[in-house]
Amino acid sequence: MSDSLVGKSILRKEDHRFVTGKGRYTDDIQQVGMTWGAFVRSPYARADIKQFDTTAALAAPGVVAVLTGEDVTADGLGGLPCGWMIHSKDGSEMRQPHHPVMAGDRVNYLGEPVALVIADSRLEAKNAAEMVLVDYEPLTAVVDPALASESDTLYDAVPNNLCYEWGLGDEGATEAGLANAAHVTTLELTNNRLIPNAIEPRAALAEYNSGTDEIVLHTTSQNPHLVRLIMTAFVQIAPEHKLRVIAPDVGGGFGSKIFVYSEETALAWAAKKLGLTIKWTAERSESFLTDAHGRDHVSVAQLALSAEGEFLALKVKTVANMGAYLSTFASSVPTYLYGTLLAGQYRTPAIYVEVDSVFTNTAPVDAYRGAGRPEATYLLERIVEKAAVEMSIDPAELRRRNFIGKDQFPYQTPVALEYDIGDYEASLEKALAMADYESFAERKKPAAGLGKLRGIGLSCYIEACGLAPSQVAGALGAGVGLWESGEVRVNPTGSVTVLTGSHSHGQGHETTFAQLVADRLGLPIDDVEVVHGDTGKLDFGLGTYGSRSLAVGGSALSVAADKVVEKARKIAAHLLRTEVDNIEFDAPVFKMIDSNESKTFQEIAFAAYVNHDYPSDELEPGLAEKAFYDPLNFTYPAGTHICEVEIDPDTGVVEIVQFVAVDDFGTIINPMIVEGQVHGGLAQGIGQALLERALYDDSGQLVTGSYMDYCMPRADNFPDFKVDMTCTPCTHNPVGAKGCGEAGAIGSPPAVMNAVIDALGGADLDMPATPEKVWRAAQRLDLKKIA
Amino acid sequence: METIELNINGRKRTVHCLANATLVEVLREQFQLTGTHVGCDTSQCGACTVHVNGDAVKACTLLAARLNDATITTIEGLAQNEASHPMQKAFNECHGLQCGFCTPGMIMSAVDLVSKGGADSPAAIREGLSGNICRCTGYQNIVAAVVQGAAEMQEQSS
Repeated sequence: MSDSLVGKSILRKEDHRFVTGKGRYTDDIQQVGMTWGAFVRSPYARADIKQFDTTAALAAPGVVAVLTGEDVTADGLGGLPCGWMIHSKDGSEMRQPHHPVMAGDRVNYLGEPVALVIADSRLEAKNAAEMVLVDYEPLTAVVDPALASESDTLYDAVPNNLCYEWGLGDEGATEAGLANAAHVTTLELTNNRLIPNAIEPRAALAEYNSGTDEIVLHTTSQNPHLVRLIMTAFVQIAPEHKLRVIAPDVGGGFGSKIFVYSEETALAWAAKKLGLTIKWTAERSESFLTDAHGRDHVSVAQLALSAEGEFLALKVKTVANMGAYLSTFASSVPTYLYGTLLAGQYRTPAIYVEVDSVFTNTAPVDAYRGAGRPEATYLLERIVEKAAVEMSIDPAELRRRNFIGKDQFPYQTPVALEYDIGDYEASLEKALAMADYESFAERKKPAAGLGKLRGIGLSCYIEACGLAPSQVAGALGAGVGLWESGEVRVNPTGSVTVLTGSHSHGQGHETTFAQLVADRLGLPIDDVEVVHGDTGKLDFGLGTYGSRSLAVGGSALSVAADKVVEKARKIAAHLLRTEVDNIEFDAPVFKMIDSNESKTFQEIAFAAYVNHDYPSDELEPGLAEKAFYDPLNFTYPAGTHICEVEIDPDTGVVEIVQFVAVDDFGTIINPMIVEGQVHGGLAQGIGQALLERALYDDSGQLVTGSYMDYCMPRADNFPDFKVDMTCTPCTHNPVGAKGCGEAGAIGSPPAVMNAVIDALGGADLDMPATPEKVWRAAQRLDLKKIA
Repeated sequence: METIELNINGRKRTVHCLANATLVEVLREQFQLTGTHVGCDTSQCGACTVHVNGDAVKACTLLAARLNDATITTIEGLAQNEASHPMQKAFNECHGLQCGFCTPGMIMSAVDLVSKGGADSPAAIREGLSGNICRCTGYQNIVAAVVQGAAEMQEQSS
C-alpha cells in the first residue's frame, strides 16, 4: 500500500498554466470572424421605455446588427427563472416578476440591458451602443428595502413589493421564552450590501454552427449544466442537446457566477438568430452594475436569557432585499440558508424567524460567499456578544454555557436542521489559547498608553454545506436535485481521467480530486487528470457553490472509484482464474487470497480494454464507472474566530492586530488548499466588516460603481492570519469532508465587529466600520473611562 | 492607424494599431499574449501589469502608440533560459494563487518590487503590492511567495 495522499499538502497541478500566463479564460479565446457585442444599459433605476431608435447605430461603421428588448419579446423568449419556490407563512407561493433577457418596455434597475449591438470590433460595438436612442420616461425608484413594502408598487402582480413573507420555528414557544426571561437582549442591525468582484469579469463567447444547428457557449460559469438547462428549458433559445456550454478557466466566482444572467443568454440567442460568433466581456463598471449583489438585510432580534445566561429563546425579524428581479437562487438565500442557521452552535430551545423579502429598483441580490449563513452568523454572534456584555458574563463563557455538547449529536435544532456531529468547545478552547485570550487585558493597557483603543471579539459560527438531500430540498421548494455526478474513467494504460460535475474556479479541484482518486486507487497523482466545466464532455452536474464540491462531488468520485475497484476485482478474478471473493485490492495491486498471484492496476486496465478471452456474458469490457451521489444530510462545518483590533481614535482607522481562526471541516484532503480557502474567506469577511458596502442613492444610482468608490481589501489591510483546525469527520459521506470555502467569510464579520465594538466601549456600529464611522463613535467616548 | 516598433519578450514586433489602442489590447488581441489580463480598465486592480523598459506598469491605461521602441516583458516572457522564473515557482510552492486571474499581474508587480529593493519585509511587500487586487487568497500566501521568490532572485543574481 502506498503512502496515503489524503491529508498531504500537495502542490497544485493547475498552477503551472496560471503562473506562466497559459490559463485559458473566456476572454482569452479568439475565433476567426468573431464579432463583438456591447450592451445598451438603462441609465435609470426605473423607467418606462417609450421607443427604441436604432437607425444611427445600424448605420455606424462595423455594425452588424442591433437587437433590443422588443426583439426578445417578439421572439417569445422566456424569462430568466428563479430555481427555488418559497411559500409564505399563509401557504401562498412567492411572487416572481417576469425577468426579461433584455427589457423592452420597463426597466427596473440601473444598468439593466435593453439592447445588444453587434459589430466587427469591440470599439465599433461600444461606439454604436452609444448611438442607440432609447426614449425613457423615468419613474420614482424604490431603493430602501426597509421602506419597500410601503412604497410605489413596482409590479402589478406583487402587492406591497413583497416577494414572500416567510416564517420558521415555533412562534408561541419563542414568545413564551421571551416572556419568562430574566434578561432580554435586543439588537437592530443591517447586513451591508456587497458586490462580489471576482477579478475576472463575466464574459461569453457564443458560436453558432448552422450546419449542425449547434450553439457553443464559452462562459464564466460555476455550473455550466445549469446554464444550459435554463437557457434551453426556460428561455428556450434552443433544444438542450443543441447547446453546449463550456466554462473554461474561470477567474473566481464567489457565487456571482452561479447565476444565469441576461447578457450571456442574449449572446447565445443572438448568435443563433444571426448566425454569428459573438463575444462580450464585461467592463468592471458593468460588473458593478449587473453581477448579482450579496447580503442586504435589515433585522431586529431579541435573545431571551435566564439569570444564569442560558439561552431561552431567539426571535428574529428580517427584511431581505431581492433587488429588481429574482436571480437564480435568490429566494432560498434569506430563508433556507439563513433562518435554518439561527440556532448556531447553541441549544436555544425556541427560535422563531420571519423574513419579508422585498423587491427594489436595484441589481438582483443572490448568493455571495456564504449566502445566508454569514447573515445568520452575524446576527447571532453579535447578539450573543451583546448579551454577554449586558449580563457581565465573559463572552467565551456565555457561549460555552450554551453550546450543544459533543455527546449530544445528532442534534435536532428548532429550525429544521439536524446537526450530525461537532465539537464546538474544542474549537473554542483551541482558538482562545492561540489568541492568548486570558491575557488580553495585559495588551489593552499598553495600547491605551499609546493612545490606542484595543478590543477583542469572538464568533462561534456554524454553517450548512452541501445542501441536501434532494428529497428534502425538493420538499422545501428547490427546483433541482442536489446530488453531484462523477466518473472515474480508467484509460487502457492505467492512467485515469476523472470527470466531475463540480467546477473549479480557484478551489484547486484538479489537485484535490486527483488526490482523492489517486489515493483510492493507489496511483501516483500525476496519473490522474480531472476534467470539468464542459457539458459536451460530462454527465449532467450541478456545479460548485455552497462549499459542496468535495462533500458532494468528491463523494460521487469516491463512490465511482469504489465501483471501479469492484469491476477491476472481477477482471482480476477472470485473469487469475478464480472467484471474485478470492480477490482483494491492496492498492494498487489486486491479490489472490492465499496465493502469491496478483495483477497490477495497469495490467487490469489493459485487460479491461484488450478483452480477447472475456466471458462476454459475465463481464463487460471497459473500466469506467459513474456515480450520482445524493447526500443524506447537509454537512456542518463550525469553528471559532477571534479578532483583536487596535483603533486610533484620532483617525478612526481600525487595525487588525491579530486574527485567529480555528475551523472544523471534517476530513481534509489537502491542508494547504484548505488554509488558502480560509485565508480568502477571511479577507472577504473582514472586507465586509471594515471596507465594503454597495450603496445606491435615493434615485437608484449606484454610488459605489468602481474600485475608486467601492473599497476592496488589499494586501496592506491584513496581518497574517493564525489558522488551525479541529476535526470531527462528517458522519454521512464517504469522504468525511464538510466543506471549507465559505467559513472564513461567515465567521469573521461578527468577530471583527465585536472587537471594534469592544474597543469602542460598546458603541453601536453597523458594517462596514469605516474610519469615518469609527472616528465619530470615538469622539463620543470618554477615552479615560475606556482605557 | 499608428505604426510602432516594440520589443515584446525578446522579439522585435511591428505593431499597427489605432491611436487609442491600449497596450493590453495590442498584447492580447494582436499577439495572443493572453496571460496579461484585464480586471478593471482603470488601473485599480493590477491584473494587467507588465514590464515596460524594466518598470512595472498597468497596461490597461497605457496607449500603445506612445511606446515606440519600448521593451515589453509579459508573464509569458518572464522566465528566461529556465522553465519558470523564481517568482513563478514561489507562487506555486507557497500556494500564492487560487483562480489565477490576478496572478500574472501580481507576479510582474512582485518581480519589479523585488528588483527595485522594495521587498525587504512582509510589511513592505504588502504595501508594495497594494496596487494589485486579489479576491481569492487573502494575500497571506502571496506575501510568503514574494519573500521566497525574492530570496531566490537574490541568490541567482549574486
